Amino acid sequence: MAILTMREALNQAMREEMARDQSVFILGEEVGAYQGAYKITQGLLAQFGEWRVRDTPIAEEAIAGIAVGAAFIGLRPIAEMMTFNFSILAMDMIVNHAAKYRYMSGGQMRCPMVMRGPSGAAAQVAAQHSQAFEAWYAHVPGLVVAMPSTPKDAKGLLKAAIRDDNPVIFMENEVLYNLKGEVPDEEYHIPLGIGDVKRSGKDVTIVAWSRTCVTALAAAEQLAKEGIEAEVVDPRTLRPLDEDLIFDSVRKTHRCVVAEEAWPMASFGAYVSDRVQRECFDALDSPVIRVNAPDVPMPYSKVLEKAYVPQPERIVEAVHQALYRQEGR
Amino acid sequence: MTREEAFRLYRQMLLIRRFEERCAQIYVEGKIGGFLHLYIGQEAVGVGAMSLLREDDYFITSYRDHGYAIARGTDPRPLMAELCGKATGISRGKGGSMHFYDVPRGNFGGDGIVGGHLPVAAGMGYGIRLRGTDQVCLCFFGDGAVNEGAFHEALNVSALWDLPVVYIIENNRYGMGTSLDRASSVKDLYQRGSAYGMPRREVNGMDLLAVRNVLGEAIDRARKEKRPTLIEAETYRYRGHSMSDPGKYRTKEEVEQMMQVDPIFLWGKRLIEQERFTTAELEAADKEVIAEVDACVRFADESPWPTHESLYEDVYVRSPYIHLKSADKDPAWKASIREDKHPDTFWRHAVKEAK
Repeated sequence: MAILTMREALNQAMREEMARDQSVFILGEEVGAYQGAYKITQGLLAQFGEWRVRDTPIAEEAIAGIAVGAAFIGLRPIAEMMTFNFSILAMDMIVNHAAKYRYMSGGQMRCPMVMRGPSGAAAQVAAQHSQAFEAWYAHVPGLVVAMPSTPKDAKGLLKAAIRDDNPVIFMENEVLYNLKGEVPDEEYHIPLGIGDVKRSGKDVTIVAWSRTCVTALAAAEQLAKEGIEAEVVDPRTLRPLDEDLIFDSVRKTHRCVVAEEAWPMASFGAYVSDRVQRECFDALDSPVIRVNAPDVPMPYSKVLEKAYVPQPERIVEAVHQALYRQEGR
Repeated sequence: MTREEAFRLYRQMLLIRRFEERCAQIYVEGKIGGFLHLYIGQEAVGVGAMSLLREDDYFITSYRDHGYAIARGTDPRPLMAELCGKATGISRGKGGSMHFYDVPRGNFGGDGIVGGHLPVAAGMGYGIRLRGTDQVCLCFFGDGAVNEGAFHEALNVSALWDLPVVYIIENNRYGMGTSLDRASSVKDLYQRGSAYGMPRREVNGMDLLAVRNVLGEAIDRARKEKRPTLIEAETYRYRGHSMSDPGKYRTKEEVEQMMQVDPIFLWGKRLIEQERFTTAELEAADKEVIAEVDACVRFADESPWPTHESLYEDVYVRSPYIHLKSADKDPAWKASIREDKHPDTFWRHAVKEAK
């Protein structure tokens, strides 16, 4: 297996799918001549030409709308959002068009598109550029939402997302673009809707996705030093959600922490903890503990930013709470 | 245009008119619910446009969408059933008045968001270019949509990349209750095309022949030169914006004045004066379409209601790339696994491979 960064893995996924299927094309801001704002689309313009790697004006509603329209007539567009912060300008195209036409037409239509790009906090880019919107999309029936945390998952899930006939919201993370990991050399994809146990343990289940999953694994390392064996479950796809994987883990460990970068109110983590407490009520030895961003916009200063983004220490603290262990004892 | 074709278009306009009148009637009876936007007064635009399209062309419309489907040759019975929320409706009772689709006929339907389908139309044009076919896409919307941001974004990229889309503003002078004068800084809406260097034309939307001439040229340009056009068809709706709108923001005289240039009346006059049809022949056609509309209502009345099971159908497409284990507990996913009503029609008609 090759060691690739997540950036390279995503690039490979698109390159392979574009070579495999003429109907796949990419559009977005700076995806072509500039080689991608985050270099995810590097080299694709030279290989596939301007009609399949389309630089667009700064017009998110047009980017998403073009993807929707092209998908309606059978193409497989990949719309890149420079970051998901800007995707809210295209929300109508996704929520009212991509997600709804199939239903409104009584099943006549399909929208086989992917909208992808980095989501969540980056580094010191402040409130408008550091937001975790996964709950917004996961809320909408008709959409699929994927959020990988490793290069292998990123490539496998993106290939499945491109081939799938439903609209897929594919949220990456800027901080993870340089994360390295093993990626199979052979052709593979990872079906949407299957979670993955990223670390096994018997004392507590930590559910986390995307960057926060990496943070949770760091927390699990720290906990291991105290003799606490945490199991880290990465759902990988938020919709559809692999609930059984989470429930099975909780029924084994009897304790659950849900960690995420989003605000606490009405977040995806709130949904997960609701489901766990409902379905695993008899198995739980303590309430589900949640780790979130504070309920404020993202600040700029690096000191404040660090206090905002969930750090391993905050997950460790939450696990202590779930295990009724008090700090300093 | 042949004599027969001229008569066929007359009959089509009349069918739309009688269909819409009947909709208003059964809406009051409570058979149709929700929003109902009638096309009465604007028939010449939809009928003229559809008469020029090739079988493999596409179109997408706003929510005032009954007329186009009828003009495109969709059986009006499932349209009426859709309005009544029945299982036999064109959209299986899931869409209603604002959401008529007929993908095998290239009808990508009724969009409920003002201006929301314009970027989608650009995407259909982009898809056509990418595939390298000579299809075209027509995009119909009202004067209200030109003030949405989506209008600007869609027209800019369509002109920038030479997309084969014809954008047709049906200017009926009112965006709901707000007159054009109070909503747009530029009164000649077609002139907005100049901001994008886009070919632009205005046309009397009450005159079927004029509509055909101007649209024909635009469709040709899209098909041969791959260039978009912005057309402003000046038209009028006799009824309010929707059934809940009594239209008190305009005078009775204004409405009556526009009825003098009614597109069906004008075309009928032409048929008699120039094509030597008799008044009796036109009246017979009227009787025929009224009977056809009666049959539509009967069909809707006699159709079953949708099953509760169908509530969960048509959300997702069955897919080998979605893992079934997680999906089978969710009713919507489960329904997608169970059945896909339209896979064949979709892939056969919507996906036209590159030549």
